Amino acid sequence: MARRGYEDVVLTVPVTVPYQRYSVESTAWWAGRALAALAAGAGMSHRDFDGFSFASFSAAPDSAIGLTQHFGLSPRFLDFVPLGGVAGVVSLRRAARAVQMGDADVVACVAAETNGVHTFRYGLENFSRFSQDAVYPYGAGGPNVSFALICQNYMAQTGATREDFGKLCVAMRDNALKNPNALMKKPLTLEQYLGARAIAPPIHLFDCVMPCAGAEAFLVMREETAKAQGLPYAHLLGSIERHNAFAEDPVQMRGGWAKDMPELYAMAGTTPDGIDVVNTYDDYPFVCMMQFEDLGFCKKGEASDFVQAHDFTIAGDFPHNTCGGQLSAGQAGCGGGHMGIVEVLRQVTGQAGPTQVSGAKRGLASGFGMINFDRGLGSGAVILGGEGA
Amino acid sequence: MAPLQPPRRKDPLKRTRLPLLPPGQRSRAAHHLTAAAAEGRFALPRCAVCGAFHFPVREACPDCLSARIEMVEAPEGATVLSQTTAEVPADNYFRERAPWRVGLVKMDAGPTALVHLHPEGIAGSRLRLVLMLDRAGQAVLYAGPEQKGADPMTDPQWREMTADPLHRRVLITDARSFAAPALVKALVEAGAREVRLGLPEAWKPFATEKLTALPGVSVVPLDLGSERSVADHARDYGGKTEIVINTADHMRPGGALGGSITATRDAMEAVVFGPMRLAQALAPAMIGRGADGPTGAAAWVNLLSVHALAPSPALAGWSAAQAAALAWSHSLRADLAQGGVKLLNLFCGPADSDWFQTWPQPKVGGSAVATAAVSGLKRGLEEMFVGDVAKDVQARLAANPKAVEREMRQG
Repeated sequence: MARRGYEDVVLTVPVTVPYQRYSVESTAWWAGRALAALAAGAGMSHRDFDGFSFASFSAAPDSAIGLTQHFGLSPRFLDFVPLGGVAGVVSLRRAARAVQMGDADVVACVAAETNGVHTFRYGLENFSRFSQDAVYPYGAGGPNVSFALICQNYMAQTGATREDFGKLCVAMRDNALKNPNALMKKPLTLEQYLGARAIAPPIHLFDCVMPCAGAEAFLVMREETAKAQGLPYAHLLGSIERHNAFAEDPVQMRGGWAKDMPELYAMAGTTPDGIDVVNTYDDYPFVCMMQFEDLGFCKKGEASDFVQAHDFTIAGDFPHNTCGGQLSAGQAGCGGGHMGIVEVLRQVTGQAGPTQVSGAKRGLASGFGMINFDRGLGSGAVILGGEGA
Repeated sequence: MAPLQPPRRKDPLKRTRLPLLPPGQRSRAAHHLTAAAAEGRFALPRCAVCGAFHFPVREACPDCLSARIEMVEAPEGATVLSQTTAEVPADNYFRERAPWRVGLVKMDAGPTALVHLHPEGIAGSRLRLVLMLDRAGQAVLYAGPEQKGADPMTDPQWREMTADPLHRRVLITDARSFAAPALVKALVEAGAREVRLGLPEAWKPFATEKLTALPGVSVVPLDLGSERSVADHARDYGGKTEIVINTADHMRPGGALGGSITATRDAMEAVVFGPMRLAQALAPAMIGRGADGPTGAAAWVNLLSVHALAPSPALAGWSAAQAAALAWSHSLRADLAQGGVKLLNLFCGPADSDWFQTWPQPKVGGSAVATAAVSGLKRGLEEMFVGDVAKDVQARLAANPKAVEREMRQG
């Protein structure tokens, strides 16, 4: 059955609560700042948000429902999506359908995460049963070792090199230097990238994100509401989501995007060539390369040539992770999956300021999340269209 | 890799490294692997309906959703898919021991798994999987050399999960045990640095020189029934004992009604209270030295009877004492685990000793006990059944414990 489009559903009010490496505030504090920024940006009271979709790993003992009382919300659509890097896409897709069908008028999609000195470790210890049973006992607490194993195989199968990863990282750092909210403030050279210390080869220091506190948020509403409020907006042109795809692959070589990519572009009425700005999920640079392949920007196994043939900076011919990505802006837990959506929303509505790609009308943001055992399980992508897209 | 060298004299100014443990949390279902690892079996979960192996242990088959998951002996071979070395692990236990090799393997049984990887393992190489108990006492997969019997002992990651007697100092609690001479020989052959035998009631005649002919072997007075004797021993040797092999026993026949209460009390004293006294004096030092280098404190071994699991009505009091010793050993195991020190129980059939003189063959000789003990230590096991009778009882218990109870009436 052909997918039904999202019609008059739009995204507005891109919000990033500036990241901090460590925060003494709770997750609810970060969520509160995001909601306040959404309300201020939309010119409406937060009590007018009749939908609330919340993503976080660090909200315990609360889930989304407790936060309604905490923030004085009374939503008729409520969602809790602690799904890591794919939470943004999942949250947006559900919110969009709820708005489209009239179950809600304005949904606040919020990812908020705090990061105390020990938050990351606590998060690891309680991440998932398969991790507990079959990953942590191997010294693979944290994703570095697990992704090193996937990356090692990806390099062996495709010929991707650390120089490719480095080129992406250097471009992202270049972009991040234009984003005042990015945590990384120093330039990065390819030599520094290549000379960095090994964490779990082939993963080295600059392949790893910096966990931090922060929040990312946006509103989903109907076009008429956005117009009435005088808000710049973007349409949700297409979306895909897939979990535990290709379970038969012994090592992860592709994400669920590879299964659903034709549908994404068909729904959006465009092709990879029609995309002006791309924000992939960059927990590791090789995962970006997997997405270039699986999202149709190049053929499977040819991302190395693709990387060497393009310029990934804001002014380049393939503007990628224009806010600096998680690798250079920071990874605010579940917010990592919202970051790309929020940045692309800024880009296609001309609100990106110093990171603005000139003439960006159509952007793609993808998410990837939850290394439950030996592979990332969730994958998703959306295409957003600004005015004239 | 170079073979392990004997430890140097400790620097008395340096703090002994406190034991840390690898992450030990497991789901209840994952302990099916623990059960196999404790006995040194390689078993994996398999769907009883569609026959597919899977990993990690699940509550339902991902192919057919059946909840009937059984543990089945599985092919041990595996091919390495990729490998890495954790240089900077987040976990403190691994951080201290880094670099730590980890691999992703495709098991011959089907599933993919993360494993502790032998140094020779690289993508494409063939390895043999072993289910091990790690320092936390929980099951993990180790991928080592493919040839069965190949010695991976030069790999520090393997050594970390075993209790090899090599360069370690061993206390055998009762020199008068039938198994003592064979144990001494096997331990010396395995490279033990010292083998010390405790001699109870030293005033009674004992041919000490037969045991002390081998290098590093000594016999010292040790009476587990005496607080003072145990305290003296712990003071002299507390920090110098890495492995304890508890051979204390006091077998006297007699039924539930006709048996001697005094003999039963003596048996309890020998196999429960005596070892308890020794453990309370010695084990805290062992726990504290659980991470004291590659030859730190490693294991406590109990020589028990299979009647600890299946009492013999003809040996009522003694069986009860054995059962008490087993029950207590599980608690001792929990305490030792805080230091990553293992506890191995050897369940023996009737021994080739004076008190089993009239019992029918087959009986367990000292060399069978010694071979099992050294093998169990080298593999880091928790439970072994020694001799044909013990193995027979083990199999029958797994099938139908009530049948074993009835059949024990016939001896």
